Amino acid sequence: MSGQAFLERLKKQFGDRITGANLTAIDPWVDVSPAGLLGVCKYLRDEPDLRFDMLNCISGVDYFETDPKKAAKTDWQPHLEVVYHLSSIPHKTSIVLKIMLPRWKNDQAGELPEVPSVSAIWSTADWHEREVFDLMGVRFLGHPDMRRILCPEDWVGYPLRKDYEMPLEYHGIRGR
Amino acid sequence: MASQLDDPRIIEFDVRTDEMLVNMGPQHPSTHGVLRLVLRTDGEVVSEVTPHIGYLHRCAEKIGENLTPRQYIPYTDRMDYLAGMNMNLGWALAVEKLMNLELPDKARHLRVMIAEMNRIASHLVGMGAYGLDLGTFSPFLYAFREREKILDLFEEVCGARLTYSYITVGGATADLPAGWIHKCEQFLEQLEPVIEEYHALLTTNAIFVRRTANIGVLSPEMAIDYGCTGPVLRGSGVDRDLRRDGEQRYTEMYDGYAFEVIVEKDGHYPKDHAYPAVPSSAVLGDCWHRFYVRMLEVMQSIDLVRQSIDRYTVAKGSWGEPVKLTEKLPKGEAYLETEAPRGQMGFYIVSNGGGAIPWRVRARSSSFCNLSVTHDLCRGCLIADVPAIVGSLDIVMGEIDR
Repeated sequence: MSGQAFLERLKKQFGDRITGANLTAIDPWVDVSPAGLLGVCKYLRDEPDLRFDMLNCISGVDYFETDPKKAAKTDWQPHLEVVYHLSSIPHKTSIVLKIMLPRWKNDQAGELPEVPSVSAIWSTADWHEREVFDLMGVRFLGHPDMRRILCPEDWVGYPLRKDYEMPLEYHGIRGR
Repeated sequence: MASQLDDPRIIEFDVRTDEMLVNMGPQHPSTHGVLRLVLRTDGEVVSEVTPHIGYLHRCAEKIGENLTPRQYIPYTDRMDYLAGMNMNLGWALAVEKLMNLELPDKARHLRVMIAEMNRIASHLVGMGAYGLDLGTFSPFLYAFREREKILDLFEEVCGARLTYSYITVGGATADLPAGWIHKCEQFLEQLEPVIEEYHALLTTNAIFVRRTANIGVLSPEMAIDYGCTGPVLRGSGVDRDLRRDGEQRYTEMYDGYAFEVIVEKDGHYPKDHAYPAVPSSAVLGDCWHRFYVRMLEVMQSIDLVRQSIDRYTVAKGSWGEPVKLTEKLPKGEAYLETEAPRGQMGFYIVSNGGGAIPWRVRARSSSFCNLSVTHDLCRGCLIADVPAIVGSLDIVMGEIDR
């Protein structure tokens, strides 16, 4: 199935929950709104001719430039992306889904942006979402166990955010 | 051990037990490094296993945002430190995908040779360490004896024995030294009969079979659901190997190579007449099958290295000059997975076109996903089976915590 036909099919099924796409990228991707994620994922997994049965990876990407001079030149507004790489074992195909999020919910620093959890669709999402929560600061709604996974539970901040600063001290250990 | 009882609940009838939380690790010999497992036990039966990871977290992804792709190569070595070459390869291919770089044939065959040699070394450690988990010491020594010879060969190639940084963006850092191919052939000649001995020592050993057969059975549906890959997935009977099914950029390295994916199809493994038969007590997806797939992959890799030597010696072109250390990255993003010894290792690189340093680097670790299944796999097993199950997943903590 060509990329365009596939996109039309998704748009027909989900309407404005498919917010965009880039079919000319190296790995073409489809933008999905947070509200449509669960529906799209279930559809991609369960349709017999799609069957994206494996979730390879969930990554968070922070688009934020700390240097104000460089920030004025960027061609994007500050935002967070959550990227889902899926693949299908029977059909040997792969697809990329993206979700655009504000860096903070309601623009209030400290309030984490929210995405529905896909851990009920692919169990492997459980740990991947915990990792994105831990390092990037995205809350996955409906996740069974939203705890930090790599950092200690009392760690402060989200290390993979571009404006993260290493703490000066952690339990008596010098940080910087 | 009590695992010979058909129904583990039998123990419950004679002894009154209380529920107890048992902490295993992070400094425990059978947890392969710094994995901590908290077991909720009732007598000998484990009702819940909670893995705690992160003790070896070294911020590898954050470091990647501050270095150029070639400078990042040594950090990929330290992810799966038992298969550094395969990690280098995965990262190099992902960056080449972003840069749209094509390699000469000779460089491809060189990469196959080196990556498959490292796969042998990695699976040998997997075999030896699994023996240790189950309480037998000698296979470990035999495995390390052979692995040592591979490390000697690698030392001649790049000067390092563990963290190679040999395969790099654009090819490799140097060509193979003169006479190396001959030494490599001699080593393979000597390794092949030894594997048969390992089968006698471990694979068909009655105690080993009783400790692993029908223990920790992972169904194919569950394996896919949890994103398990590599020998863990194939041990459950799912026919998937990225060397055949992966992206073109990766599979074209193996173009023209004759190999069959090691997976049980219609009740038998490919070429299984040459190997010990599957014991009757083993069930597809149990610890024994995962171990067996690894052992067969050693033989497969020996074969692949031989084929790559034939192709490498006649291939024209260069061995692949590495790109400049500060080569500018085009704007865009690329994700590529390769078949590392422990499963599908993926690298995701995002560049905003602003220079030689990527905007974001992400490593999708195979062991990370393989380990996440323990919580489901160990439910209801005996305490003594926990090391057998975790060991059969063949995890490397450096890759999980990154």
